[in-house]
Parts: sequence; C-alpha cells; structure tokens
Amino acid sequence: MNATAKTLFSMSRRDLITLVIFALVVLAMPIWLSPLGAAYPGLMQKFAIYAIFALGFNILFGLTGYLSFGHAAFLGVGSYTAVWSFKLLSMDVIPAIIFAVILSGIFAVAIGYLSLRRTGIYFSILTLAFAQMSYNLAYSVLTPITNGETSLQLSLRDPRVLDLAFGPREPGLPSASLFGHTFSGLEAFYFCAVVLLLAFFIAQKIFSSPFGMMLRAIKSNQTRMNYAGFNTRSYAMTAFVISGMYAGLAGALLAITDPLAGAERMQWTASGEVVLMTILGGVGTLIGPVIGAWLIKYFENIFSAFNDTALTHFFGFVPDGLREVVVAISSKFVGEGWQLTLGLLFVLVVMFLPGGIMEGVRRIRGLFGSGRTPQTGAVSRPQAAE
Amino acid sequence: MSQTDANIVLHVADVHKNFGGLHALSDIDLQIEEGKTHAIIGPNGAGKSTLLNVIIGRLAPSRGAVVFDGKVLTGKKPHEINQMGVVRVFQTPEIFPELSVLQNVMAPAFAKRDGAFKANIFMPLDAEKAIRQEAEDILNDVGLFERRQSHAGALSRGDKRRMELAMCLIQHPKLLLLDEPTAGMSRHDTNTTIALLQKIKASGMTKVIIEHDMHVVFSLADRISVLAGGRIIAEGEPDAVRGDPRVQEAYLGGTYEPGEAH
Repeated sequence: MNATAKTLFSMSRRDLITLVIFALVVLAMPIWLSPLGAAYPGLMQKFAIYAIFALGFNILFGLTGYLSFGHAAFLGVGSYTAVWSFKLLSMDVIPAIIFAVILSGIFAVAIGYLSLRRTGIYFSILTLAFAQMSYNLAYSVLTPITNGETSLQLSLRDPRVLDLAFGPREPGLPSASLFGHTFSGLEAFYFCAVVLLLAFFIAQKIFSSPFGMMLRAIKSNQTRMNYAGFNTRSYAMTAFVISGMYAGLAGALLAITDPLAGAERMQWTASGEVVLMTILGGVGTLIGPVIGAWLIKYFENIFSAFNDTALTHFFGFVPDGLREVVVAISSKFVGEGWQLTLGLLFVLVVMFLPGGIMEGVRRIRGLFGSGRTPQTGAVSRPQAAE
Repeated sequence: MSQTDANIVLHVADVHKNFGGLHALSDIDLQIEEGKTHAIIGPNGAGKSTLLNVIIGRLAPSRGAVVFDGKVLTGKKPHEINQMGVVRVFQTPEIFPELSVLQNVMAPAFAKRDGAFKANIFMPLDAEKAIRQEAEDILNDVGLFERRQSHAGALSRGDKRRMELAMCLIQHPKLLLLDEPTAGMSRHDTNTTIALLQKIKASGMTKVIIEHDMHVVFSLADRISVLAGGRIIAEGEPDAVRGDPRVQEAYLGGTYEPGEAH
C-alpha cells in the first residue's frame, strides 16, 4: 500500500519544481493581477476555471491529436449537474463536483464512442454536431431539466434534502458552501485555485506517464500504434473521457461561483474558445493552454471594459488634437472591439509562433539559455549502465 | 511438402485476393516452418505486398484463410494480430517522428508487457527502468544507441528502417514479417542489416522476408517462394530455386550470379 502511494505521488524533480512554481503563481494571483487591474474575485475564479477546462482539452487535442469542437457540451453538463445537486441535495460543493464529473464522464463516453469512429476533420465535425445537438436540446425539449432560456437557477422552494435535514431553511437564496462554511470574499477563488492545482498535478502525471507517451504516439502515427499491438481506440477514448471530465469539473466550478446554468455555455463559440486558448498558449505543452486561457479571459473581461474616457486618460501624454485621433483609432480595438485585438493577436501567434506562446518562451530561452535547451532537459538523465 | 504440421507456424491456405476483376493473388498456399527464414521474391506487381497485407490483416482475402499458430488471423484487427506475436516491418518506415528514438523503441515494449490497453497514468515513464534498459540494448544492437535522444523524424531513411526493426525486435515476435528491409539503404547499411538479421536468425525467430535484392535473399533465406502474376511458380531451397528455369525466365531474367549487386 505504501509503495503504491509512493508511485502515486512520485514525480521527477523537474515536474515538482514546475508544480511548486505554478502553485505560487496561482495562489499569488490577487497580488500580481492587481497592477493589471484584474484582481477581482469573479475574474480570478474564471482564470482558474478556464485553466482547468483548457488543461483537460489539451490532453485530448494536444497529446492525442483529436481536435474536438464540442467540449463546451461537457462544460454545460457539469454546470447543470452542479446546480441540480444544489437544488435537490445540498449547497455543499463536494457532491456537486463529484456528480458533475461523473455525469460529464458518462456523456463523454457516449459522445466519444460515436465520434471516435472517425479521425481528423470528420471527428471534429461529429463532436461539433453532438455539442450543437446538446445545446439545442437544452433550449427546447429538455426545458424541464434545463429551464430553457431562463437558465437553471436556485429557488426558494428547492428541496435541498440534505441541508434541510440538518438545519432550518434560512431566508433568502443560499450560496455555495464547503462542509457547512459558506464562501465569502476570496474563499471561492482559493477553492477554485486548489482544484486547479489538483487538476494540474493530474495532468502532469499523465504527461510524464507511459500512458501519456502512448497518447503522443497515437498523435504521431496511429497506424504504427495499431501494428505495435495497441488498441488505439481505447487509448483515444480514455483521453476523450478524461478531457470531458475536466470540462465537467470546470462547469461545476462555474456553477459554484455563480449558481446558474444556461444553455449558452454549451454553444459552439464556447467550444471554439477553448480551441483558441490551447493554440494561443501552445498545443501539447503543459503550461501553454493555461496561459492561453488566462490571456483570453483577460482580454474578454478587461479589454472589453475600456472606454473612450479610459483611453483619453491612458493617452494623456499625447498632445491635444492628436490625442482625439489616437483615441478614436485605438477605441476600435478595445471595448466592444476587444475581439478584434484578440483576433489580430491570434493571427500573429499562428503566423510567427505556430507552437503558441510557449514556443516564444522556448525561443527566448534559447537566445539567453546557457545550453539548457528543452530537448536535452526532457531526456538527459544519467544512466547507471553507462 | 513433407514437414509435419507441428513445425508449421504460419499457413496461408488457398488464399485468393481480387481487386474488382484483377486477380492479385490466386491459389496461394504457403507453409512456413518454425525458426526458418522464408523469402518471397518476384517481379514488381507480382503480388508480394498484397500477400503480406493479407497475412497481417490489412487486407481481407477474397477466399481462403491465414492460420498462425493454430489460430485464424483472417478478420482480426492489427493490434490483435500483433498481440498474437506477428510483427511487421513496413516498406516505408512507420515510426513516431515526434518522439525520441528511445521512446520509439520503448513504446512497443509496453504493448508486449501490458497488453493492448493499459491506462498506466501514475507510474512515471522514468521509473520504467527495465523497459528502458532493454530498449537501449536493442538500440545498441542496431547501432543507434548514440542517437537514442534524437527526434526520430530527424533520422536518415536507413536509420529509420533500423530503428523500426528495433521497435519490432523489442517485442520478441514469434513471426517477423519484413517488407523489403534494405530498400533504399546504402551497400554498407544493407550489409549491417543482413548481419543483424543473421544474428536474430540464430535466436530461432521465424521470419518472412519480401525482398528485391538477391544478395539479401540468398544471404538470409532458408527457403524461397517465387511469386509471379499472383501465383507461386516455384518454391524450394535457395539453390534449387536459383537453378529453376521458370524462375530465371519470370524473375531473374537470366542466370543469377551470387554476389551480384542489385
């Protein structure tokens, strides 16, 4: 038992250092995001949640090479499940998360079973079709479960059997809690951050395991994998379900920070967003998708809030007359035009850094690096036999 | 054929393969003896690759069956055939270009040890010392040990083929199918590969080789089948086949001198 536990948590030194640095960065978000104007609890929760979504998506897309255009469906399933857990059982987040992960996993088995019969673009189209189907069902025939356009939300008459068995019904709508403690202030963010660290740790284990190498090998040459004796369908299916469960977990956390689940969470634009996050950050790298998620959420929430007054203030150093021109031009790129900036950024990254931001980091490290290139880092381990 | 059935590892029984109206293979009956190296030769378009694809399950025969070790291979999936111990080296190397040479050789070892699927997530790859050691030993045998940390995609064509051979050997197959293992190799690399294959011949592994290069065939084969127009026109010991006038007419295009470079 002890030996099993040891393997379970054993990591290479390199991975351990990465995990520690990552933990420091995530937990110190309220400090370093403050000068960037993004240290709001609500936004930081989104940073943590969408990082989980992108981490999981990358296990399927980055490692295994299957580009899903329907992962928002699992996000939606996770949110609906969590809200139902709040309504029927308890406001405690633990059952909500467990049910959300299990149910999104079951959904992933069903959709993966059908979609993984094809590869390449056909696989992508199938996942897109199933996700859009889920979205439309949530809006129409599944209204009793999803509450359609109004979104599924808490109500004063919810049964909440577990909560009410232990205490009287409090006035007003309840909010999410952990072991009876209701979240306040930054607590919900720290909860999401800890879940993110756990998700990151599991992703690290997958990346460094033989299973992770098999997924990379499938991406590299599926024919050889088959002829080498691997049932590649089972491997791809496992990757698909793991990434679906990551998405379900992210969906549950969205419901925890705001107990509301709407069908728009399943729309194809949401599925496309996680693809953008992964490509922007760096497909197949561990950290890249997280950075991509943070960048896109930052743009969406901060850039979109800039208005002409803020710009005039920002360009205060530009002489009058010219300032109006500068503000008029740059205002097209912020506020409602934030997507234009993001789009341009995306085009630049894909054209000049096909490996995403992480490739940029690698190149910069290569310029300054004293010989420690990532390639040797991955494989240079002293051998007893040599 | 006079061998007892106990020695027959692979039996291609009355196999036909038609592509529309084209009879790519007709009446193919091959019995391959355990521990022997059996070469299949024939001019271009004779159906050699089709036959190999039928054996490995990539193509379903129109009639007949392939029996390996008493079990019918026909209709089985590629990974199931591999798990039974039949492993193939491709004509164009099928490798994992994005992985390191060492990882390329390590990966198939996991299929041998853990079966067709195992979600081995919590044991780090670095902790798999036994498999790593075995992969390094085999890379040493094929002369790629120094390049074990290179990206496989960066290897020369000849090195890729040798690496693919290492990927197959690490599985200790019962039957190794080689599709022109030396095509595109320099004379030196060809000789290295022949020496390597002669070495594994000593280990008692059964091999089927499809090959153009007569130097390779006559260096390795215990038995030769000559394929022409989708039929086996001759079969026997190398010396007998070499002297067979039908073979010389159909394939060799005259008398063959040993040692002649192809």
